[in-house]
Parts: sequence; structure tokens; C-alpha cells
Amino acid sequence: MSEPGAEPSIRVAALTKRFGAVTAIDNVTFAVTSGELFGLIGPDGAGKTTVLRVLAGVMAADSGSVQVGGVDVVAYPEQVRARISYMPQRFGLYEDLTVDENIRFFADVFEVPRRVREERAARLLAASGMQRFRRHLAGQLSGGMKQKLGLTCALVHAPKVVLLDEPTTGVDPVSRREFWQILYGLRAEGAAIVISTAYLDEADRCDRLALMHSGGLPYCEAPDALRARMPGAMVEIPTPRARAAREALASVPGVRSVLMVGDGVHVHVDDARKALSDLERALAQQGIEHTGAREILPSIEDLFVALLGNAAAAGRKAGAS
Amino acid sequence: MRIRRVSAIALKELLQVWRDPRSLMLALLMPVMQMLLLGYGVNLDISHVPTCTYDEEGSQLSQALIARFQASRYFDLVAGLDSQRQIRHAMDGGLCKLVIVIPAGFSRQISEFHHASVQAIVDATDDNTATIATAYASAVVQGFSNEVQMRYEALRGGTVVAQPLAVQSRVWFNEDLDSRDFIIPGVVALVLALVGAQLTSLTIAREWERGTMELLLSTPVTPLEMMIGKLLPYFVIGLVDAGICLAFALLLFHVPFRGAFATLLLTTSLFLVVVLNIGYLLSVLIRNQLGASQIAMFVTIMPISLLSGYTFPIDQMPAAIRAVTYVIYARYFVTILKAVFLKGSGIGALWGPVSALILYDILVVWIAGRAFRKRIA
Repeated sequence: MSEPGAEPSIRVAALTKRFGAVTAIDNVTFAVTSGELFGLIGPDGAGKTTVLRVLAGVMAADSGSVQVGGVDVVAYPEQVRARISYMPQRFGLYEDLTVDENIRFFADVFEVPRRVREERAARLLAASGMQRFRRHLAGQLSGGMKQKLGLTCALVHAPKVVLLDEPTTGVDPVSRREFWQILYGLRAEGAAIVISTAYLDEADRCDRLALMHSGGLPYCEAPDALRARMPGAMVEIPTPRARAAREALASVPGVRSVLMVGDGVHVHVDDARKALSDLERALAQQGIEHTGAREILPSIEDLFVALLGNAAAAGRKAGAS
Repeated sequence: MRIRRVSAIALKELLQVWRDPRSLMLALLMPVMQMLLLGYGVNLDISHVPTCTYDEEGSQLSQALIARFQASRYFDLVAGLDSQRQIRHAMDGGLCKLVIVIPAGFSRQISEFHHASVQAIVDATDDNTATIATAYASAVVQGFSNEVQMRYEALRGGTVVAQPLAVQSRVWFNEDLDSRDFIIPGVVALVLALVGAQLTSLTIAREWERGTMELLLSTPVTPLEMMIGKLLPYFVIGLVDAGICLAFALLLFHVPFRGAFATLLLTTSLFLVVVLNIGYLLSVLIRNQLGASQIAMFVTIMPISLLSGYTFPIDQMPAAIRAVTYVIYARYFVTILKAVFLKGSGIGALWGPVSALILYDILVVWIAGRAFRKRIA
């Protein structure tokens, strides 16, 4: 958890990056303290990857400053790189090297002493259930295992700052849980972790969330604080006919928006108590069978829609699928 | 610069080459194939010229002349013709490149007028071959003529004067005047330049293509460490290739080797540094394996085979072209190799081309060590 008053591990100020006419990062400012899990969420093209690339020092920004541990990334990239670990979105390991060879390569590049490497590698591989695969070529691993190996290689030098770009994409639920357990352990050791994710259910695991939207960063708060920012309330109505329900409910007074979810709809209303009976009535009129409507805590996806609008959510869904 | 990082990159690169059949073939099979192709294929000596004879006379004397041609290793007698029309036919059909026509009345002319003519018809589509074949044919006829003359003199009881004046030439360094001895050392240079640049042209581009570069960029590896780590394995491979080439030159083509092995090792190392860095530089700039290797091939094979002096002597080029050859780094190594193989020259005698190579080394290392940018796009 972020300690008040602690010197931030990462300090980003007024960061801007353009690609021709497109502004990929638009005047973004945030800070991440050590021992903090910081989530970057937003639709594809919002600029998450670009932010992480600039932080990792593999891409230059047009203006603004990035400091890691008080050192300017732009001015002294090599000093900063030794403390950072970056896991790009695309698998960046050598598929024609074995698991062990990959780990050894990254340990050597970061000058990790052999004993430390052996110990850390063994612990990380055990935590992700990969000890059996140490002699396998990385290219033969499944998608989830590749990501876990990527994390192992990224963490073998005990970085103070960890930057992960959608690390759990394509990873099965069991592996994802292991993945997050490793991240929690890392946070406990005092690392500052920045993670972008396409899975909004994962966002709740972060200490703070930054909602990115077309290069900007309008919201940057703890998940609960973000929820408190949402005006109105969220009502969940389980129904097999979600599409019909959405049409029936959109015009009910006091309804701000209706979002289809897996087993029904989430309705964003001004006031849950007042709206519940109106919603039930509207569904009954249309003959749409449903089980009891109830007020729920808004999910991150609901927040996303409520705060950034439907367009952003649609973009995110298209990107995540 | 950290040795640990350099060796990590070098070891990784070596493992990747070892596990990639395509790279391994390029590294070890290419030099073998090129030595065979270029060693056997490029031979400037004219020998075994397919030759037809048209003996209009059919006398003992004319047959003796034909036997002379038969005995020469420069000519292969493929057929005896018996009409003018057949000459045309044999030339057009590519049966032969040279026809020796001995006219009717050949013996009679010699005995009566002490003079007779023999006609040589030559296919001059390849003018070099034609000129040389004609010269060889003249020499054969000349030798025969001398012999005939001597026999007549002897018959008449006169003194036998073989030749009033004769040049006694002594050939140094390549006693057999075998063009292969002269070419093979140059082939070694060409093969090393080609294989070396091809191999390193893949290294950086491969990281970009396989998506491993972004992660590598985020590590503390410096551009200089990257260059040295990437090139070290190929330097070793290049020396192995040089060994393969040397073995072929000595054991298969029987090129004499009179120099010191140490001289060869040192100069080969200097040359490899240039070659490997050129491939690396292309790989840094182009970021695409196919493109980089094609350009490496293009900038290597053409200039070196034409302008390094490995087959075409630089002395005989026009002044403007000769000026261009000074840029061709391989020309210095070709000069060195020919001298080390055939003359047994040491470093002292080769200080000119050796210092040119060293200058090139400094230049390419300086450029390539800085070329790599640790940034995406």
C-alpha cells in the first residue's frame, strides 16, 4: 500500500507523445510509490502501451518528464534500466532458448550473481508451477506459461520498478491467480508495479487505477474512490433476454445507461431505491422474464462506462476479445 | 562495458545459430559450396579447346601435324572433317571452337617452296578464348615447323641451328602459370566476405522480427556491448570458415602455401572485423532479415568479384576504375592472401594493405559501435 509521504518510485509529469497527427499521450501526470500496484486501464489505443514504453526508456517522449527513483529516464536511461523491469505486450523472450537459458540470459544482462539467480529462479518457477519445464524450449510452452516465464525473467534481478503491459492476456484463470500472487509478493517486498490490463475484473486487485482515454488520464484513484465518484447507483437484473431488457429499460425515467453483462443487464440509475419498481414494471410490461433486481457495487466495467461513456467501453470490449 | 553482458549476448547468439538449421548451413555449408563452385568454376586457363581437323591432304606429314595437336593438353580433337560444309556445321553446332585446315598439297609446298600455310578457323564469340587458342595453335604449328626445318637441314647435311634467338623465361611464385593458384586465394577472400556479412546481417534484424528487441532494449545493455556480444560468435565462425577455405585451397586445389600461418590468422582476423561489422551495420539499419541479407549479398558479391583484383587484375583497369578499387576493402585482403600463399610474404612486406585493413577496422567499429539506437522507431 502507498505510504503517505514516501518518495514516489515513479514520477511522471506532463508527459506528451505524438505520432504524427495523433497524440498518443496527452499531458499525463501521475506518481507511483514503492509497494504500490498501479493499474493502467483503458480501451485499445488509449495510450497504455506508449506510457509503459516511455517509462521503460525504450521510447522517447516529446515533452514532460519521467523520473524513476529520482533519476531522469530521458537523461540517464542506462542508470534507470538496471532498476526497471519491463514486460512488453508481445512475448519478448527467445523461443529457441530453453526456460533456464532465458532466465540465465536476463540474469546475466542485469548482472545478477549466480547464487542469487539460482535461488530467485527456483522460487519464481515454483510459484508459477513451472519447475518441470526448465529444460523445455520457450517456444514449446503454452501461452500462459510463456507469460509466466516472461514474468520470471523480468523479476530475476529483483527490480524496484516493474512495468507490465497486459501480462495476463491469453493466460488461463489458474495461471492468472498464480501471476497475481507473485505480484502481491513483489508489492510486499516494496516494488512499485505498473500494470496495464484488458481484464477489468483484474483492475479491482490494484491499489490505484488510472483510467486512460484517448491519450489522457482523467481518473487516477483507488477502485473504491473511483466508485464513490460514480453518480447514481448500479442495479443488476439477471435475465436470459438481456438485449430485449436493454431496449425496454433505456427509456425508463431515471435510467442513465444500460449495459449488457454475461447473465443480464447492469442499469445505471440516478437513485436505486426510486428506480427499482419502475424497472420491474417496465420489464413486466414487455413480458421479459427476470429474477429479482438488486442494487450492486458497480464493477470496474460499469465505472468505465459511467465515467468515460459507452464509446470507450465498446472500444475496450472489441480490443479485449 | 561489462564482460558479463557481452558474454551473455555472445552465448545466447551462439546457441541460436547452433539451433537454427538455416544459420548453421549458411555458416558451415556455404563456404564449402562456394569454394567448390568458385574454385572449379573460375579458371582462366584455356585448355581442352574442342578442336576439329580438316585434313585435305591426308599425307604422313599432315597426320604428323595433327598428332602434335593431339598431344597438346590445350586441344581436344573431337572430330576429323572432310568437307568445307562440315566446318560450318561443326562451328554452328558448337561441336568445336577451332578447326585446323591442312590444305591439299601441303607436303609438296613444303618440299618445293619450303613454305606452306595451315588454316586455323576460330569461333571468336568469346574473344579471350579465341585469342589464346589461336596463339596456342600458332605455337604448335611453329614447333612443328622448326622440327620440319631441322629435319631438312639435317638431310642436307648442314648445321642444325634450332633458333637464333630465344627468350628463356623463368616464372616465379606461380611456376605452373596455373591461374587457379592465382585465383583461389582471392576466392577465399570472397567467400569470407560473403558468408561473414550474410551471417551478421541477420542478427539484429532477427531480434526485431521475432519481437525480442523491445525487451532487450529495456535492459542495461549498451550499444557497444551489443555490437561486441553479437559479433563475437560470428568472428569464431568466420575463423572456422577460414579454416575450411584454407583446407580446400591446400588439399583440393593444391595451391602452394609459402607464408606463415600466423600472418594468415592475423590478417584474416583484421578482414573479418570489417566484414562482420558491415553485415551488422546493415542489420541495424534495415531491421528485416531478408532485406538485410539481400543487401549484404549485393554490396559484397558484385564489387568484390569485379574490383578486388581477385580475377581481374587491377593494374589493367582504367585509371578511374582503379581509383574505385581502393574503396573495396577486399582488395587489400586479396593482395595479402596472394602474397602470403604464393610469395610467402610476412607482415613486414605487407604493411601497406595491412594498415589499410586496420584503418577500415577502426572506421567500421567506430560506426557500428554507435549505430545501434536503444529506441523503438
